[in-house]
Amino acid sequence: MKRILVVLMALLLVFAVVGTAAAAEKKAEPVRIGMYLPMTGGVAAYGQMEHAGVLVANKMKPTVLGRPVELFLVDTKSDKIEAANAVDRLIKKEKVKAIIGEAISGNTLAGGPIADKSKVPMVSPTATNPLVTQNREYVFRVCFIDPFQGEMAAKYAFETLGARKAAMMIDIAQDYCVGLGNFFAKSFIKQGGKIVAMTYCQTGDQDFTAQLSTIMAAKPDVLYLPNYYTEVALTCKQAAELGLKVPVFTADGAQAPELLSIGGKDVEGVILTAHFAKEAAVTELSRQYINNYQKDTGKEASGFDALGADAYFAILDAMTRAKSTDGPKVREAMASTKNFQGVSGIINIGPDGNAVKSLVLLHVKDGDFKYLATVNP
Amino acid sequence: MDFSQIAQQLINGLSLGSLYGIIAIGYTMVYGILRLINFAHGDVMMMGCFFAFYGIMIFSLPWWVSFPVAIALTALLGILIDRGAYRPVRNAPRISALITAIGVSFFLENLGLVVFGGRPKGFPRPDMFAGIYTIGNVRFLGLSIWVPIITLGLLLVILYIVYRTRAGRAMRCISYDMETTRLMGVDVNRVIAFTFALGSAAAAAGGILWAMKYPQINPLMGIIPGLKAFVAAVLGGVGNVVGAMLGGLILGLAEILLVAIRPDLSGYRDAIAFGILILILLFRPTGLMGEKLPE
Repeated sequence: MKRILVVLMALLLVFAVVGTAAAAEKKAEPVRIGMYLPMTGGVAAYGQMEHAGVLVANKMKPTVLGRPVELFLVDTKSDKIEAANAVDRLIKKEKVKAIIGEAISGNTLAGGPIADKSKVPMVSPTATNPLVTQNREYVFRVCFIDPFQGEMAAKYAFETLGARKAAMMIDIAQDYCVGLGNFFAKSFIKQGGKIVAMTYCQTGDQDFTAQLSTIMAAKPDVLYLPNYYTEVALTCKQAAELGLKVPVFTADGAQAPELLSIGGKDVEGVILTAHFAKEAAVTELSRQYINNYQKDTGKEASGFDALGADAYFAILDAMTRAKSTDGPKVREAMASTKNFQGVSGIINIGPDGNAVKSLVLLHVKDGDFKYLATVNP
Repeated sequence: MDFSQIAQQLINGLSLGSLYGIIAIGYTMVYGILRLINFAHGDVMMMGCFFAFYGIMIFSLPWWVSFPVAIALTALLGILIDRGAYRPVRNAPRISALITAIGVSFFLENLGLVVFGGRPKGFPRPDMFAGIYTIGNVRFLGLSIWVPIITLGLLLVILYIVYRTRAGRAMRCISYDMETTRLMGVDVNRVIAFTFALGSAAAAAGGILWAMKYPQINPLMGIIPGLKAFVAAVLGGVGNVVGAMLGGLILGLAEILLVAIRPDLSGYRDAIAFGILILILLFRPTGLMGEKLPE
């Protein structure tokens, strides 16, 4: 009799413990969100900034649908192949419900198809090449696309800078650079301008003097460099060394502190189109984010981190509206994001996965990025 | 292309070539005595750059103190790598030493990524080198002239050490026959350590000059210059110090002139180096200044 009682008590205890544990787990089962970002390599600045942005956003909104958000980060090393592997790993090993990334178009083009096949929604903060979302149901972005950026840049160069002859240097190893360069050229020529010198370089190149000599000989009114921050900084330095005195116009890839630290005084006056500057904050979330970012990191919020935060907020918003973390349902919700008050502006995402957003114009003055204007679509 | 442009590109090619040459010297010396291609050499150069960078940034040393200290520290690093990674496999088959070298390379790169961070840093350019000079129509950075001069100076110092000192003689003896040299009473391990120190110091000097010319440093910066310096060493004849410098100059000039003459081929600039490597290995494997293989 006693023995039966002991056994019954033991069983009761076991069930009690297991039951509580199960109940506790069910209550707090986290939502797993993955990030594949370039934390090292040629575009490490973007990945690190976007990661910082996501962390601040996560601190501001740590739960969705009553469940805590768990973040997983995989470093893509700025490499396409690593990017594809990273997405694979996030989906199969970490079993994430949504993915934030990547920072650059080339790598997002590599990772997108894998998320598409596994029906996991992917939101890129800053991949601007149109091919990234084309024919991909599950890939979205929270930034504008390059046809818009290239067109606005050409308009600014033609109308505001008064340039009629443009020289370009394009990084042929990056989809973003090639795409944006083409959009700019097409638009510039359509307005009546001429491309007087078209030169090429590669990511990781350090010496641009040969290309710059060709450009100098063509006597352009403006030099358009739609490349990443290191290449732009080195090009500007070498342009100064060669005595090339032409305004340099670049794009969103240049909005990184490295442009200033590597370029020094040789990047003074560089103009760029970009996603966000804190002077262009229009929403309440934006103002909160800027304060929190400053508090958490001690730095000023800028384009890449703001977009990282937006990718995070957009996913949470879609999950909230879909009332679920199920891939296809979140996808539906994301494709009908209307008037979302994001950090970098008001975000509308359509079934094509693209966001229609405003663009800001910045220039480098006194060793820092300064706001010039906002251009609305 | 007019004369001033050609002159501009020649100056550029000369300084780039000198940089490849000075790094190639380290490769060639180590290969000469150990028959080991030290793939970690490019990464040793990277460490030299970072030592110099942190000397200036964190310890606030003036550049003329930070640079020599960095070179000395890198020489020490070279000795440590030899002692820790290469000496244990000295008597193992050559392939083991090669794999070890690749391992050291990865180790240094990833150590750099963890300790220094993946984002590039701007390397300071001391005012003495930052001046821009104009001769006629040709504008160039003062550094572009300093680099070949300093490199030439370093080459002469190294040649003096190799051909006029006892240590140098010991190095040359080991490159002919290690066993016999050992029998002659030479402390082979110490001479090898000395060779590594010298080669690594040269790499650090080359790296610092490189960082002043192309002022962005990151832990993966040593890979491509290291590979190209290796090609330069093979081009000049592995084991031959003057050949390494010559190979470097040829490589640097070829690269710059290709992009200058055919800007549409600038995407292929790295391919030049490796194309030359293939050609040299096919037609003259001992290099331009190496001995002809006996029939």
